[in-house]
Amino acid sequence: MIELKGINKIYDDGFQALKDIDLTFEEGKINVLIGPSGCGKTTTMKLLNRLTDYTDGDILIDDQNMKQINPFELRRQMGYVIQNIGLFPHMSIFDNVATVPKLLKWNKHKIRERVDELLNMVNLDPETYRNRYPAELSGGQQQRIGVIRALAAEPSTILMDEPFSALDPISREQLQDELTKLQQEINKTIIFVTHDMDEAIKIADQIILMKDGEIVQKGAPQEILANPANEFVTEFIGEDRLENVLPSIQDMIQSDYPSISLNTTVEQSIQLLSRYQISDIPVVDENGAFNGIVNLFDLLNNKRTDLKTFIHDTLPTITENMDSHRLMQIFHEHKSTVYPIQTKEGNLAGVVERKQLVHLLHQFYMNKSGDSEWSS
Amino acid sequence: MDFITGLTQYMIENRSELLALTIEHIVMVAYGMALALLVGIPLGIIAARYQKLAPIIISATNILQLIPSLAMLAILTLYMGLGFQTMVIGLFFYSLMPIVRNTYVGIKEVDDSVIEAGRGSGMTPLQLLGKIQFPLSIPFLMAGLRVASVIAVAVACLGPYIGAEALGKEIISGISLQSDVKIYAGAIPATLLALIADFMLGKLETRSKQRMA
Ligand SMILES: Nc1ncnc2c1ncn2[C@@H]1O[C@H](COP(=O)(O)OP(=O)(O)OP(=O)(O)O)[C@@H](O)[C@H]1O
Ligand SMILES: [Mg+2]
Repeated sequence: MIELKGINKIYDDGFQALKDIDLTFEEGKINVLIGPSGCGKTTTMKLLNRLTDYTDGDILIDDQNMKQINPFELRRQMGYVIQNIGLFPHMSIFDNVATVPKLLKWNKHKIRERVDELLNMVNLDPETYRNRYPAELSGGQQQRIGVIRALAAEPSTILMDEPFSALDPISREQLQDELTKLQQEINKTIIFVTHDMDEAIKIADQIILMKDGEIVQKGAPQEILANPANEFVTEFIGEDRLENVLPSIQDMIQSDYPSISLNTTVEQSIQLLSRYQISDIPVVDENGAFNGIVNLFDLLNNKRTDLKTFIHDTLPTITENMDSHRLMQIFHEHKSTVYPIQTKEGNLAGVVERKQLVHLLHQFYMNKSGDSEWSS
Repeated sequence: MDFITGLTQYMIENRSELLALTIEHIVMVAYGMALALLVGIPLGIIAARYQKLAPIIISATNILQLIPSLAMLAILTLYMGLGFQTMVIGLFFYSLMPIVRNTYVGIKEVDDSVIEAGRGSGMTPLQLLGKIQFPLSIPFLMAGLRVASVIAVAVACLGPYIGAEALGKEIISGISLQSDVKIYAGAIPATLLALIADFMLGKLETRSKQRMA
């Protein structure tokens, strides 16, 4: 765990790049620093491996003051992907990747295996690329080498300063997946700088949004999206994205919501509804197939005894893997206290209640001025 | 035509003497260069590392080079007497500037992001110098060496004035005897030496840059 306590950084020319930063990077989490150019992201990174010194405050690494740790040892245990890639132009790809293992005096065989493993990981064939020089690679390939050079000695903490900026969308996605996988498997603490909010949302456990050397907001991606602290955050996140953070139907579904079978009597149904304090209940046949909904008022106002005659099925079919925006649209057009969700075979999978959706709307729109376009 | 036959004949007749002088010339230049590298590289590194010392070191070597060659050699004889060593020291002084300056520039030119990557990998300043900065400055150093050796081949021709015999011996005795043949017999190998040095070190320079682009 890395803790920054009241960190200030004033550069030699008097410019204050960081103002009173309090920040915790939990072990085994992906922390994403994001913010406009010049807000102090790179500066924060460089404090962590002591490439720059802070002016005052404290940085604790596993409760030990960082100044007590030998800076060279510290850096060898902290992978660093620098913003401008910075491959060593006079060294082969092999030697570039092997930099830290060599400093740590790993044996040759182990280094060789590790380099090949890493090259394979980023889809560069070791036979082809091992002996090339950086100038003989494309920009995206160089960036991948920059990333694996930082991973080579299996550091416990990895600092990555816009590591995927030169990659095409496909390799970028691939490396993001690789990174989250890596982090889950071996529990690395990752501190990642990006300008790309989509990237941040995708990989972050914690997002730290900075502006002018200060932290504006930090928290889990969903937290920030759901409750942007101020105008700036909303603007930075982008309005579109706020609308796109609806949880999926699968995440909202209540599979333990009660249902009744076709052969239940009207009397039993009313009892059940009042026991659960609900007004609508889905009906399924003996195979679990969804048949429709019955409503408490209909049941109470009529003397009919056959439950089947009360079943109505006026809602459009909603399936589990449907886009939740479509559900919002249905919610908007059809009033109902519950929205039954079906599996693709037509069985009842559960329901989403109207009040859940109302609550979501409140949450997302509390911080926004207004008009909703769920249907986009 | 007569002149060329005469010259060829003279050169063939005196080939062992000329060869010995050429070798002497090469050895003198080589010693001067070796000394210049030995002293110049560390000076260049120190200048690059301690920014405050840089102007002092660079201007001192610069001044050495500005002293007219004959004057410098004459002054050296005051302290070292006549002979081979005096010439070697003269060549060393002359070559120092291109070597020091190019080492300095070569190290300074290394891309900041490369340095940062090296530091970020946990290299000590010495490792950074040995593994990154110095290797990357070699193409510059090669260019300096090339300039220095061409100058040194020329300056070495003044050898006979301070008792260091080399190809200059033929040239200078050619002047006093008013013998075109002797002058050319010294001048041609000396020029060839300069050309070869320039060409070979140029090749080395290109090779040291290869693949780094
Ligand atoms: N060595 C330095 N001396 C003076 N000021 C500096 C120095 N390095 C950075 N700064 C200033 O500190 C501020 C923060 O810089 P930093 O590099 O941390 O920004 P950043 O958030 O990484 O920006 P970007 O997204 O453009 O990389 C900038 O205003 C920058 O000009
Ligand atoms: Mg930056």
